[in-house]
Amino acid sequence: MIVCSTLVPLQAVVFALVALGAPLVVLTRDPLRQALVNGIYGVTLVLLFVVLEAPDPALSMLVVSGIAYPLVILAAVARVRGERRRPEETKDE
Amino acid sequence: MSRRVRLALLTPALLGLGGLFAWAIAGLPEFGDYRGPYGYVLNQIVVPLRHSTNVVMGTTFDVRGLDTMGEEFILYAAVVGVTLLLRDESGAGRVERRTRRARSDTVRLLGVLMIGVGLLVGLWLVAFGYITPGGGFPGGVVLAGAIVVLYLVGSHRDYGPFRNEHALDPFEGLGAGGYVITGLAALALGLQFLTNLFGYGKAGTLLSAGSIGILNAASGIAVTVAMLLLFAEFLETYVVPLEPEDVGS
Repeated sequence: MIVCSTLVPLQAVVFALVALGAPLVVLTRDPLRQALVNGIYGVTLVLLFVVLEAPDPALSMLVVSGIAYPLVILAAVARVRGERRRPEETKDE
Repeated sequence: MSRRVRLALLTPALLGLGGLFAWAIAGLPEFGDYRGPYGYVLNQIVVPLRHSTNVVMGTTFDVRGLDTMGEEFILYAAVVGVTLLLRDESGAGRVERRTRRARSDTVRLLGVLMIGVGLLVGLWLVAFGYITPGGGFPGGVVLAGAIVVLYLVGSHRDYGPFRNEHALDPFEGLGAGGYVITGLAALALGLQFLTNLFGYGKAGTLLSAGSIGILNAASGIAVTVAMLLLFAEFLETYVVPLEPEDVGS
């Protein structure tokens, strides 16, 4: 592999972003917020794959962290929230 | 178990794991030091032999096409699993439901623009998968994502066709089965399974790479429909029955 030397500082910065982002995802307690933070963390991973000159994994990471995973998480969050909220709402109607 | 006992168990476990982890990391090759030879060989042979300018796709759909077939069926099995687990036997899900559309015109306009742009980007990713980075998997998820935006900015009725399992299932079969049939076609001609049929065409154009284009399109369809089926199941089980405006209608 030919390492492009101009990319090395960029790679270092993005590695640092990824290292910062991962604990942020773990430390976010609220699941809805966690889904959003995880999406942003996914974007840093996309950047990492781009600066490591791997466009195909970057695209796959983008669609998984940006579309597929949040859909599943948000559906589950909506389910949990809906159950918790439901008794009050049925009273209102 | 008390906190002290837990800590007493955790500390040696963490130390052991940490030690093994550090040992493993220390033995890794230097960053950026790829030792090959697989990658070097592929970079040399895929473009001249298969005319697929995206070496990744030439590898996944030709050099190790059988592995990719397995991967496609992992997704298929996942969708089947979710469908079986979440299947609503009571029939309550079949009631026609209506909900309010997104109220803000701005949100709806942006959403409609996103649907158009998303579909275009998804089709482009699938179509040019064996020429530039992309392919059936990312393209398929983008296509499904664009369609799901219709659910977010439209109504359940607008989204209806895309959550109808009976309409979606044949396409899932076409996508997953198309891959296998392409492989079997080679067998029928007396060649090895998944041998690249058709001419390789001119590298860098849509008419190149032989069977890779067909396998790529088949997996694009399979992934798009698999995502839609997954979302339809989640919607049916989790979201829709709990929206209060649906309950009374």
